Amino acid sequence: MESSILSSILFATIVAGTPLIIVALGQLIAEKAGVLNLGAEGMMAMGAVAGFAVTLHSGNPWLGVLAGMLAGAAMSFIFAVVVLTLMGNQVASGLALSILGVGLSAFIGKPYESDILPTVGAIRIPLLADLPIIGDALFNQQALVYFSWALFAGMIWFLYRSRPGLVLRAIGESPSSAHSIGYPVIRIRYMATLFGGAMAGIGGAFLSVFYTPLWVEGMVSGRGWIAIALVVFATWRPFRVLVGAYLFGGVMVAQLFVQGSDLDINIPSQFLSALPYLATIIVLVIISRDRNTVRLNAPVSLGQPYRPEA
Amino acid sequence: MLRLERRPEASQLMSYASPLIAIVLMLIGGLLLFTALGKDPVEGFIVFFINPISDSYGVSELFLKATPLMLVAIGLAVGFRANVWNIGAEGQLIVGAIAASAVALYFYESEGAHVLILMVIAGAIGGMLWAAIPAFLKTRFDTNEILVSLMLVYVAQLLVSWLVHGPMMDPDGFNFPQSRLFEESALLPILFAGTRLNLAFGFAVSALLVGYIFMFRSFAGFQMQVAGYAKDAARYAGFSAKRMVWIGLLSGGGMAGLAGMSEVAGPMGQITDHVSNNYGFAAIIVAFVARLNPVGIFFASLLMALLYLGGEQAQQYLALPSSISNVFQGMLLMFLLGSDVFINYRVRWKEAAA
Repeated sequence: MESSILSSILFATIVAGTPLIIVALGQLIAEKAGVLNLGAEGMMAMGAVAGFAVTLHSGNPWLGVLAGMLAGAAMSFIFAVVVLTLMGNQVASGLALSILGVGLSAFIGKPYESDILPTVGAIRIPLLADLPIIGDALFNQQALVYFSWALFAGMIWFLYRSRPGLVLRAIGESPSSAHSIGYPVIRIRYMATLFGGAMAGIGGAFLSVFYTPLWVEGMVSGRGWIAIALVVFATWRPFRVLVGAYLFGGVMVAQLFVQGSDLDINIPSQFLSALPYLATIIVLVIISRDRNTVRLNAPVSLGQPYRPEA
Repeated sequence: MLRLERRPEASQLMSYASPLIAIVLMLIGGLLLFTALGKDPVEGFIVFFINPISDSYGVSELFLKATPLMLVAIGLAVGFRANVWNIGAEGQLIVGAIAASAVALYFYESEGAHVLILMVIAGAIGGMLWAAIPAFLKTRFDTNEILVSLMLVYVAQLLVSWLVHGPMMDPDGFNFPQSRLFEESALLPILFAGTRLNLAFGFAVSALLVGYIFMFRSFAGFQMQVAGYAKDAARYAGFSAKRMVWIGLLSGGGMAGLAGMSEVAGPMGQITDHVSNNYGFAAIIVAFVARLNPVGIFFASLLMALLYLGGEQAQQYLALPSSISNVFQGMLLMFLLGSDVFINYRVRWKEAAA
């Protein structure tokens, strides 16, 4: 295999993995606080359509990303009110958020279906980008790729090196103890949920503003759900989220592998497109085979409503 | 300051009232949405909710649209009662439609009732097979059934896309991604002349009856109810959790597959890659709004069907995208889950603590 093909596969893998990293790390924070939001798919869809529309009208992709972030956060706020203030069922509410977000985004996005955004240039890091094979893939990328790495580093620091991160984890493990020491459980859960929504919105905007760059109904195509599966697969550890996201990114660009290889294989494109979903099922099976893996790593109060006794 | 206060016991009244509150809130949300879009809200309301059922043909269409929703929702409700979360009915419906279509195309130009009977069986088995995957993985490896059943929706969509672009494509169809039109023998008989309402509606009503008997008159149904309320109590009583996962997923899958069959052998008359109109997801909302009760499912399906028809009308007469239906559906479920708080809590006015 030529090195240029290898380089372009690596490049595409990293790009495909980036929205998964951003969304999954956002979900990770919410889940560490004990909030299971299955609405990532809907929040990403809203982020994608808001990002696309604002970029199209303003001509500024960064305003688009900001709009996507706000749209995702707004969606997660609805969810937060229902499950945190009104103590609704988190599984059902997350599902409702997905249905609502996918429907609303299709509705809002209808007029934009024939528009295309100009491609946003990559940011090239001098010298490093000249490295063979990995240079382009790692150091000549979209700004949001660098953002995903910064987010990862920030999250490691926040969760394991900072006091607020410790509080957040304590709330996810035992909200009643955290409450009795005096931490505002519900307020912190709100913030964690909003952060998760904001990240899902950015992930969605990345798809419509940088990746494709166009808007099509259903374009998120399960990435929100894959991100949720990724958090389970990563057993709630940021580093494994990073690795897992690139693994999935690699599976998603499988078509490139096939085209790049010299083999003359004639596989229907639908089969290759099904690979990420099948891979998700396979990794979920692997991770849940040992019952203790998930049970010991999941935040104890995940998905449980909590109401501080006044 | 308004405060929520826990009720001494759950309010029976509120558990019936909260779906109605949610419907009213959805209507208000809809009026606001129409206003925000610069449409006359009254006209929007009439076009969306009144026009579709203003004549007897419209009413028959309402029942036609409600049929797959009833089928899927009753199947899902059986599992949801025991907290078995089958979210992939959309995929199970598609696979049922594929299996039924395979029978129809295999017996192309063949006469006789055996074609339809085999299609019904194939549809149900197809849906059950697709649901058996998350059931097996859940019982064998404890793999999360929500994510697995959902991933299989995307796989099923790709599968049907491949089939109608390849093996099942109409040889005389100018390369359109659709199968041949089924022969008369592979179409469900129409119940009332001049309408499209077919025998599948009979299946749906029977399924609701069977579902009712299973839920409220059978021991297995009782076990699943107990498991839904108190998982540990069910375990101490020795009820098999694995069996419940299988029953829950297979009933949902079988009914979804039957719904898929009734679409291809009913209003569609062929298989295309748009075989499902989001029925698998809408039926989840139906099941919740109906409180997992068969009688409720009957009425909630009609309401949900009205939202579908209203969306089509809004597209035609108000120049709004038909996806407005999904917006209404999502709003309805969100409002329902929110207003459910009043089942266990009541609002009290309290002086703010100093």
